[in-house]
Amino acid sequence: MTTESISLTVNGQPRRMDIDPRTLLVQLIRDHLGLTGTHVGCDTAQCGACTVHVDGRAVKSCSILALQADGTEVTTIEGLATGDELHPMQQAFRDCHGLQCGYCTPGMVMSAIELLKHNPQPSEQQIREGLEGNICRCTGYQNIVKAVQQAAGA
Amino acid sequence: MKRDLPASAVRTGAVGAALPHDSAHLHVAGAATYIDDIPELAGTLHIAVGMSTVARGRLVAMQLDRVRAAAGVVAVLGHADIPGEKCIGPVKHDEPVFAIDRVEYIGQPLFAVVATSLEAARRAARLAQVTYEEEPPILDYDDAIRANSHVLPPLTLVTGDAKAAIAAAPYRLSNRLLMGGQEQFYLEGQIAYACPREDGQMLVYSSTQHPTETQFTVAHVLGVAPSQVVVECRRMGGAFGGKETQAAYFAAVAALAAAKLKRAVKFRADRDDDFMLTGKRHEFRADYEVGFDASGRILGLEMTLASRCGWSADLSGSVNDRAVMHVSNAYHLANVTIRSLRLKTNQQSANAFRGFGGPQGILAGEHVIDDIARHLKLDPLAVRKANFYSADPSSPRAMTHYGMRVEDNVILELVTELEASSEYARRRAAVDQWNAREPLIKRGLALTPVMFGISFTASFLNQAGALLHVYHDGSVMINHAATEMGQGVYTKVAQVVAEEFGLQVRQVRITATDTSKVPNTSPTAASSGADLNGKAAQAAAREIKARLAAFCASTHGFDAATVEFRDGRVMAGAWERPWEEVVRAAYMARVSLSSTGFYSVPKVGFDPATLKGRPFYYFAYGAAVSEVAIDILTGESRLLRVDVLHDVGRSLNPAIDRGQVEGGFVQGMGWLTSEELVWDAHGRLRTHAPSTYKIPVSSDVPEAFKVSLWERGENVEDSIFRSKAVGEPPLMLASSVFLAIRDAVAAARGGVPALDAPATPERILLACSAGPAA
Ligand code: FES
Ligand code: FES
Repeated sequence: MTTESISLTVNGQPRRMDIDPRTLLVQLIRDHLGLTGTHVGCDTAQCGACTVHVDGRAVKSCSILALQADGTEVTTIEGLATGDELHPMQQAFRDCHGLQCGYCTPGMVMSAIELLKHNPQPSEQQIREGLEGNICRCTGYQNIVKAVQQAAGA
Repeated sequence: MKRDLPASAVRTGAVGAALPHDSAHLHVAGAATYIDDIPELAGTLHIAVGMSTVARGRLVAMQLDRVRAAAGVVAVLGHADIPGEKCIGPVKHDEPVFAIDRVEYIGQPLFAVVATSLEAARRAARLAQVTYEEEPPILDYDDAIRANSHVLPPLTLVTGDAKAAIAAAPYRLSNRLLMGGQEQFYLEGQIAYACPREDGQMLVYSSTQHPTETQFTVAHVLGVAPSQVVVECRRMGGAFGGKETQAAYFAAVAALAAAKLKRAVKFRADRDDDFMLTGKRHEFRADYEVGFDASGRILGLEMTLASRCGWSADLSGSVNDRAVMHVSNAYHLANVTIRSLRLKTNQQSANAFRGFGGPQGILAGEHVIDDIARHLKLDPLAVRKANFYSADPSSPRAMTHYGMRVEDNVILELVTELEASSEYARRRAAVDQWNAREPLIKRGLALTPVMFGISFTASFLNQAGALLHVYHDGSVMINHAATEMGQGVYTKVAQVVAEEFGLQVRQVRITATDTSKVPNTSPTAASSGADLNGKAAQAAAREIKARLAAFCASTHGFDAATVEFRDGRVMAGAWERPWEEVVRAAYMARVSLSSTGFYSVPKVGFDPATLKGRPFYYFAYGAAVSEVAIDILTGESRLLRVDVLHDVGRSLNPAIDRGQVEGGFVQGMGWLTSEELVWDAHGRLRTHAPSTYKIPVSSDVPEAFKVSLWERGENVEDSIFRSKAVGEPPLMLASSVFLAIRDAVAAARGGVPALDAPATPERILLACSAGPAA
């Protein structure tokens, strides 16, 4: 197997490794780095469960090769909290019961953070449209929308 | 409705609190472990299966040399490699693990490839050369009926004389409704991780709603005693019924490979493979004739309920039984004949999905009511009220067509409250005015009730067990039969234990469901998880409390009956001590601090041959009003507003219950609007990914979504703290969306619209463009 070397920063830590060039970013994150908070739901770039930030942009990590993230700064769900203190969006999802099975939650939180970055005071409709790329099969979205509203107010 | 509560139902703190899900802090941090997140043992292998590309026929030959030679492949397993039983299945053992001599659907597993990575296994599986002798597949209802193709024999439920009642009725009509299936689309796909242990034992981490059946299936396939197998499930990333029976397959194949190769083996179905392999909600066709009077009251009903069950029986018997019973929804049927056909078709084996036949039965019944109202030009809500079961249990109109007396009927009270709070009458008039004015966008409004029977109709399943340990420092660990799939049952049961001991919920450690801790468990299904396991955990807690009370009483010389457990203290009269101190003292005095608990539901009993008896312990009630708009040029529909009033009894946890109502409603809306499964003429499922199968997203749900838990709700039966089950019933509130769309179509074209479910834009457009019916 040919390998290529890649260096990137994940959750603030510089990483350098040799990987199969076909490795997806989500595989790098989960299998190579053991950061299993990023979930695989659909395998095909449609459900949003695998969303992470690459250079501050929300990206479905099953949809790009790890090599495409060479030289970038990647943030996963594990990189949001500061010590024991949750990121306000994480706290809001917990407070507002914005989860049931929790499988969509990490991707939803990552997408919601990006949403507020571009639009800090979104209307409810803008939140609903902004999260269209993330499927939640459990909650019916009501409490997810509330969580984003709480985080926007925070 | 308020009744005096027995002492056993009085609560002090933990129960009834809107606490967050027990794992919420882990979920938001990405720190909750699903099976694919468990650190893999060195040398772990991965599985993909080779699937049939033909829907029906004889398996002539399989050439697997290229599969075996592919990069990364360690082994290829077929039916000849199975040391134990070659066929599995929850009721009938009619599902070969790997096809033996015939294939019965496109997607049926032929063999398994075990390889060093999932990608290698999937790539290799496609290299098989398989020769079939094809036969025309049976897909359609009528083809199956003609071919006498059934997974289980037809059943007929008869009460009164439907034929005579219809013949004598002043009005009659007949109609047909088709209802589509639904993919569960649990966000975490099917997965099992099998780890061999010493002396032929096997540990399987399985994403399963039914650890015991998974354990037994693994044991049967391996040809070992179930005591050799441990199945553990901490949590699932959603299940919705789809992991009640189907999870066992993935566990059995992973364990088979693990036992053969003596290595840990993981079987995670890629999403596309999951769609092709596993079953979905049953598709149904209802054909009926109904006789009624001028008020819309049903006098007689004859119905044939046919379901496409796919290639094997799975749980289709019980699903169809429930459909037959729920045709009545909240309505009294005096003279009724319902014929139930469980058709065998060359498709994935239809299986459990939230509601379990209830949604299809209820929608068929509601369609009958809607037809009657349109025929008589009455408001459908008035026709509903004319048909409600009597609230007086002694009335003949309180008797269901399956012979159970309704003793807890609150439907009229609840619907009347919702009618007022949602301003139904004002909005009915406003919708009619809108429709008179607007030619292209039509609106529709519908209020539908739900009355859902709670219990497994297979009566023996209505039991549960728990295991409760108090460690000698006072810390507490609970284990029980229920599995956690997001519905919050772990949280609710921990609340029950905390309540009993007078502790904080966070002092109760919840542990993974495990067949070596609690045996012979029933599936977490039929909405029963908290009902059954809450009671079992309560029984275990009360046993330990009784021992502690007796110990304190004998040590300090007071009556054990006066001992109370409250606020982290144990007290009797003026005497009181911290919980930890009492536990420690009891331990030093050699008192057992561990107990099992067991619960079996009283009163239920049901004859599946005649479909008569008392299948349910009680009913859960609810109602919803939906208002929609449709575009008659594109067929597009939009839910504008929904008001829900739902009865969860005295809620164990209102935050969790509200979440169940909201999530259930939206899932039901998906079933009836956008989620369409399409099989082509060869029997190939064409909608096998979210790209072609449309699951509701956040923007499909309206801002005006008002959910209220019914404040007067309370269980008349002795359920756990008088709560009611909440998992399934809310899904059926979404009938209101479908019937609101039908109402809008009626506004577009007049008469009785022909609209099948799901009401996709295509179907709405067709229904609008058909000329007005009689
Ligand atoms: S797993 Fe990446 S979008 Fe679904
Ligand atoms: S909480 Fe289960 S998918 Fe969103």
